[in-house]
Amino acid sequence: MPDQDQSSATPAVELRNIDKSFYGVFANADVDFSLAKGEVHALLGENGAGKSTLCSVMAGLYRPDSGEMLFDGKPMVFKSPKDAYAAGVGMVYQHFRLVSNLTVAENLALGNPEVGLRLSQGQLEAEAKELGERYDFPVDPSARIWQLSVGQQQRVEILKLLYRDAKILILDEPTAVLTPQEGEALFRAMRMLADEGRSLIFVSHKLQEVKAVSDRVTVLREGRVVGAANTDDAEPRDLARMMVGKDLVLPTRKPNESVGDEVLVIEDLVVEDDRGLDAVDGLSISVRAGEVVGIAGVSGNGQRELAQGIVGLMKVKSGSVRLNGTDVTKKSVLAKIKSGIAYVPQSRLGMGLAPGLTTEDNLALKQYREPPYSNGPLLSAAAFGRRGAELIEEFDVRGVRPGLPIRLLSGGNLQKALIAREVVQDHSVLIARSPTRGLDVGATADVRDHILAERDRGIAVLLISEDLDELLALSDRLVVIYEGRIVGEMPASEATAERLGLLMSGEREDQSA
Amino acid sequence: MNDSVLMLTIMAAIGLGTPIVFATVGEILAERSGILNLGVQGMMLFGAVVGFWATFQTGSLWLGVFLAVVAGAAISVIHAFNSVTLRVSQIVSGLALTIFGTGVAIFIGRAGASPLVGRPSREIFEPIFPQSLADIPLVGPLIFGHDALVYLSWVIVAIASYYLFHTRPGLTVRAVGEDPASAEAAGINVSRVRYIHVMLGGALAGLGGAYFSLALVPSWQDNPIGSAGWIAIALVILASWRPWRALWVAYLFGAAGRVNFTFQTLEINIPSNLLAMLPFLLAIVAMLILASGKRARLLGAPEALGVPYFREER
Repeated sequence: MPDQDQSSATPAVELRNIDKSFYGVFANADVDFSLAKGEVHALLGENGAGKSTLCSVMAGLYRPDSGEMLFDGKPMVFKSPKDAYAAGVGMVYQHFRLVSNLTVAENLALGNPEVGLRLSQGQLEAEAKELGERYDFPVDPSARIWQLSVGQQQRVEILKLLYRDAKILILDEPTAVLTPQEGEALFRAMRMLADEGRSLIFVSHKLQEVKAVSDRVTVLREGRVVGAANTDDAEPRDLARMMVGKDLVLPTRKPNESVGDEVLVIEDLVVEDDRGLDAVDGLSISVRAGEVVGIAGVSGNGQRELAQGIVGLMKVKSGSVRLNGTDVTKKSVLAKIKSGIAYVPQSRLGMGLAPGLTTEDNLALKQYREPPYSNGPLLSAAAFGRRGAELIEEFDVRGVRPGLPIRLLSGGNLQKALIAREVVQDHSVLIARSPTRGLDVGATADVRDHILAERDRGIAVLLISEDLDELLALSDRLVVIYEGRIVGEMPASEATAERLGLLMSGEREDQSA
Repeated sequence: MNDSVLMLTIMAAIGLGTPIVFATVGEILAERSGILNLGVQGMMLFGAVVGFWATFQTGSLWLGVFLAVVAGAAISVIHAFNSVTLRVSQIVSGLALTIFGTGVAIFIGRAGASPLVGRPSREIFEPIFPQSLADIPLVGPLIFGHDALVYLSWVIVAIASYYLFHTRPGLTVRAVGEDPASAEAAGINVSRVRYIHVMLGGALAGLGGAYFSLALVPSWQDNPIGSAGWIAIALVILASWRPWRALWVAYLFGAAGRVNFTFQTLEINIPSNLLAMLPFLLAIVAMLILASGKRARLLGAPEALGVPYFREER
């Protein structure tokens, strides 16, 4: 075995031959893993490589099908996260596990056996405050979770673990929701915790982050461990190859050659969120034919409302949306589809695709009202099958099994199916939200190719994303939004991650041109 | 003064409201844990018949009450199993429980060679303080004029409120009802919390049913409780899932049940059938609100109310 630690110290965690499958598909197969005390250990791998599943197994959320787990040298079986907590293992999930209607202090106390039977709100809040100050993680303990920003919520998650004095902290893709600046603050805190003797598992698919913060790295691919090394000894290129299984180059963006007329024009758009607050607050933007405009912003700054307001899923309070000169603001979703808006939503399953329907049915979802799918009131099963097969072939959707629901496909294939459906209909605008989120490198490349192909055939593309890499790779022009308003705009040639990150965190640029 | 129309109305409101207090607080506990139980009517009737039968057989009111509580908790396990373990639709399971409980109660009441139907009660709950105390003007009847179960209901409301909002287990219940996935990640056994609170709800519904058969009505009938179970479900919303508010709104409904009589005394002419219909109108509106998740949440319903929880969903 490569790089076995020779020191006599017992590892904080040792996993042997862990297997875990869902519905007969392996998420982890024969995984060996070892975490030393006081180290930051990166779990590197593409999405779908089994990192999250492995973490959930260690945190007691999932039970492994087989294999052994040793914590501090003692074999353990976790029936639930409660057992894991008792053994000093805590996890910050990718989707936070905070009760949004409760306060910060209440969330810290939740499920913690050391809190007395009687709750003293004042005492809890004082403790929460003290803990936050000790780790340089200031949060208002009496605030309710929904009032906090995503970065602050993440701090609460980490404080929750520290409040229980967890010795092993698992952070599942913690930087995905942070600005680069917030990410650096997180890394500082992680180093501080490791220096205290705690062990941290850091899940990521970004090489530079792994290089920046971890002591050791274990690489997963397709549910298996494909390598482990001291981070300092590991060449980024080797890690990348291990992660992907082959050398892969992302498509490089060619500048758009010709930009046409304004296709999508949005003026002073105001859209309320579910709470009745103006989540999109007077936003104006226009997208020309053959141009990708990227909307950058930290999650929760009006992205969802902007996209859904444009496509008609949320009510526009004021302002206008014009498409090729026609006002479509108040049109129904169906009318908007017919007038040429294609939409790739953030949640593929649920909003984008109907999880329980077959791939062929899903591919027809926006066109089944018309021939060849339907003939008067009747649907043509043959057309569904034939047209479905064509699209599956053309867009290289893999893993489709006839008659089985689409939700069994992997994320990349789901996204390809979704894009296939959206771009085959007549359209002049494509709205895409985080289209490569959670996809592996290969699928990411395919999806980016499709989006750039759309641009090159003269479609106006509005790309709304929280992933700076994705934005920088695809956009011709970048717009940064903060609290539903535009705080900066620049051509792609002038955009850097640092500059965008600063704007995304609400800092106005000192002098904008 | 103690015989004024107002005082008589208030006393009647407390009497008629008490069984609804029990059932409403019980349903609040269940719903706070995220389980909507539309079986309240069935659980109350089952508790009512078991309580009546036990007291009829033994002459002990408290044994009747005890067995009614046990019966309510026991029958509610059906719903807990359906909705927590099998994760079926809580609406369907709850309705089935009401149909089942109602049927069983009628059956027990009519079974055997000498059925309970029509039999007068052997014992009935009476005010526990001497009449002399209850004769004190104003405060006398209000404070000293009730039977033991009324005082018990006050204690239960106080305990339930303190439990939900000022104890760690109470926080656990609220968290499970709001966001079971987060609660589970915090080390809470979601299924156990839900089972326990559905059963507490059943126990209190059983107690409410027994109040009808052991304090309010003088003999066993097929349905001594009217539609109190449905009213209780509606009142949970009016009380915005808070026990103290449940007490006040239940009394308000108790007063509504008496309002015919009061209006007649005061010579106000409103058709009595119209008034009698009002509570049901409110119950229907409440059901509509509950069924439209978003509106219910705006009123303060637990976020995960009625949503089955499955840990390894992905």
